[in-house]
Amino acid sequence: MVDAGWYMALAAAIFFIGVVGLLLRRNALVMFMCIELMLNAVNLTMISAGRALNDINGQVAVFFILVVAAAEVVVGLAIIVSIFRLRSTASVDDLSELRG
Amino acid sequence: MTDSLWLIIALPLAGAVFLHLFGRYLKEPLAGWVASTAVAGSFAVALAAAMPFIQGGEHSQTVLLWEWMPAIGANLEILWDPLSALMVLIVTGVGALIHVFAIGYMHGDERFARFFTYLNLFAASMLTLVLAGNYAMLFLGWELVGLCSYLLIGFWYFKTAPPPAAKKAFVVNRIGDFGFMVGLMVVFTTFGTLSYAGIFERAGGELTTGMATLVGLLFLVGAAGKSAQIPLYVWLPDAMEGPTPVSALIHAATMVTAGVYLIARSAAIYELAPAAQVTVATVGALTALWAASIAVAQRDIKKVLAYSTISQLGYMFLAVGTTAYVAGIFHLMTHAFFKALLFLGAGSVIHAMSDEQDMHKMGGLRKVMPVTATTMGLATLAIAGIPPLAGFWSKDEILGASFQRGGWFSVLWVIGLLTALITAFYMTRQWVLVFLGEPRWDEGKHPHESPAVMTVPLMVLGLLSVVGGLVNTPARQALEHFLEPAFEIVTLQHPPEGVGMFVLLAGLSVVAGLAGVAAAFLAYRQPREAWEAFEHGFEPLWGTWEQAYHVDDIYGRVIVAPGRRAAEAAAFSVDLPVIDGAVNGAAYVVRRLGEWARPLQTGFVRNYGALLLAGAVTVVIWLVASA
Repeated sequence: MVDAGWYMALAAAIFFIGVVGLLLRRNALVMFMCIELMLNAVNLTMISAGRALNDINGQVAVFFILVVAAAEVVVGLAIIVSIFRLRSTASVDDLSELRG
Repeated sequence: MTDSLWLIIALPLAGAVFLHLFGRYLKEPLAGWVASTAVAGSFAVALAAAMPFIQGGEHSQTVLLWEWMPAIGANLEILWDPLSALMVLIVTGVGALIHVFAIGYMHGDERFARFFTYLNLFAASMLTLVLAGNYAMLFLGWELVGLCSYLLIGFWYFKTAPPPAAKKAFVVNRIGDFGFMVGLMVVFTTFGTLSYAGIFERAGGELTTGMATLVGLLFLVGAAGKSAQIPLYVWLPDAMEGPTPVSALIHAATMVTAGVYLIARSAAIYELAPAAQVTVATVGALTALWAASIAVAQRDIKKVLAYSTISQLGYMFLAVGTTAYVAGIFHLMTHAFFKALLFLGAGSVIHAMSDEQDMHKMGGLRKVMPVTATTMGLATLAIAGIPPLAGFWSKDEILGASFQRGGWFSVLWVIGLLTALITAFYMTRQWVLVFLGEPRWDEGKHPHESPAVMTVPLMVLGLLSVVGGLVNTPARQALEHFLEPAFEIVTLQHPPEGVGMFVLLAGLSVVAGLAGVAAAFLAYRQPREAWEAFEHGFEPLWGTWEQAYHVDDIYGRVIVAPGRRAAEAAAFSVDLPVIDGAVNGAAYVVRRLGEWARPLQTGFVRNYGALLLAGAVTVVIWLVASA
């Protein structure tokens, strides 16, 4: 059996990729994908920890996260699509109306 | 018949609601006929219900319509007794005639239907007032007629003068209402109820003289406001800015008599308070003389009638203060006939002269307006107290009663007699100036007799002004017997008994009336230069009268100006810096805080993400470090 530490390291790597992508990319769709990456990195830690500690709750929590994430994707994609239709752009730098 | 009494109020109210909702869809005269029919219907119902009183033997009853606040005796209930029946017949009878007249007078007005909405609302309110079975419902009607008066005085709100006049009427009435309300509170704390039945039966046993005097004087304040008595009469002359049918209906025949009705209705309380009686009578007599002297010098045809109304209301107060309640209500009735006629006649003249109201620019109208001239002439003789017209009988009964009571009331009798002379003079002056002599019309005026819809009400009222007094003559006191059940619990003051005394007293007032008529006729039948010289001969008195003793100026300086200064001080020294300062200060602090913090919101998702990451890293570091 592979040591849980490796899974944790992989999850940390994926999470880091997601964070960097979120902070550097401008395309809303790509940023959205980065958020999904971060979410799934967390899922991976949950499952790994659950398995290592022999606790089913880790997997249960992942199901909840998956469901919520699916719902979030629906809303988020809808927003992005309608913004794109309205502005013909998906660059978040053009969307700064809420600047104080 | 008492089952249908609610219809008396409901019919005009339904008319008002209907016209308010659908009046704009009706063609012009139709709205007026709907309103007139509603009031005439009330008259028919009231007449049918009053038949038992007229035939005699029927007792008054109270009809409960709806329990409003039964704990304090404030219900919607109708007291149907001879007094309320007579008031209802006057209000609906004269009111219906004025409604019909207004159809002609308001011809061509853009808000024709709205005018009749208000008139019907007023009729319903006034009927609520006189039919009330307790003081709470009376007060409801009392305030509603005040509102209608405000709405109708300011009906032509787009002109300069009516809105301030309407406001003045409302505010001055509020002062009176304040006294009335305090009086009601005293009554309530004494009896624990506002119901007439509960109060009047127990008044004799439970009300001390002091409390009765207090209530009587407070009610007098309210009555003086509504009925335009000294010192609260100043709103009535200004109220003439309203359309003339309004002046006839509200400010002559009905609403302004509400104060007289209030005192007559509260007779059981005044019975216990001789001091309040004397005050009421004195206020009435002084108002009668005061307003009559002002009326002498007025140039505006409606202003003469306005001061004349105040003066005649003073007679009614003299009557009810003398406890000659029947005489007071009798004069209320005859006055409603001839004063409504005078106002409608004046309206007919104003209508014919294309809104000219200055009597100096009239003259010679008798030839072109024979019906108006004749009917107004009859009303003039009636108010002057020439027998056997209506005003003679009622005015004479008042004067006789105050003479018979003696003492201080003899002084009031002399004042009343003097007022009768002045009344005859200024009314004749008006009639001669308007209808006789050379035409003094402005260029382009083409007066003409009014249409039948206006002249027929004039003729009916003219007939009533002639024969209306015959219901209560010394020989045949029909009205006295009719009203007696309503005043069972009080002692009524009567004129002296016996033919000799009657002839003497009546002779005196007839001489006064004839002297006034003759003097005015001689003075004003002459060419313009002559009567202008005659008026000039009375200077500086004449100018003082013409300016109504400068009372408006004095009130303006003594009451209005200090009030305005106090309001300005409160507004600009207290409200603006202190109250507004606190509110604006709090807002300023919040705004500065917000301005300081707003650069945080860059609007770029990336910054938010970075901050989020920094926060998460900080938390992790803190957790690791503290572990």
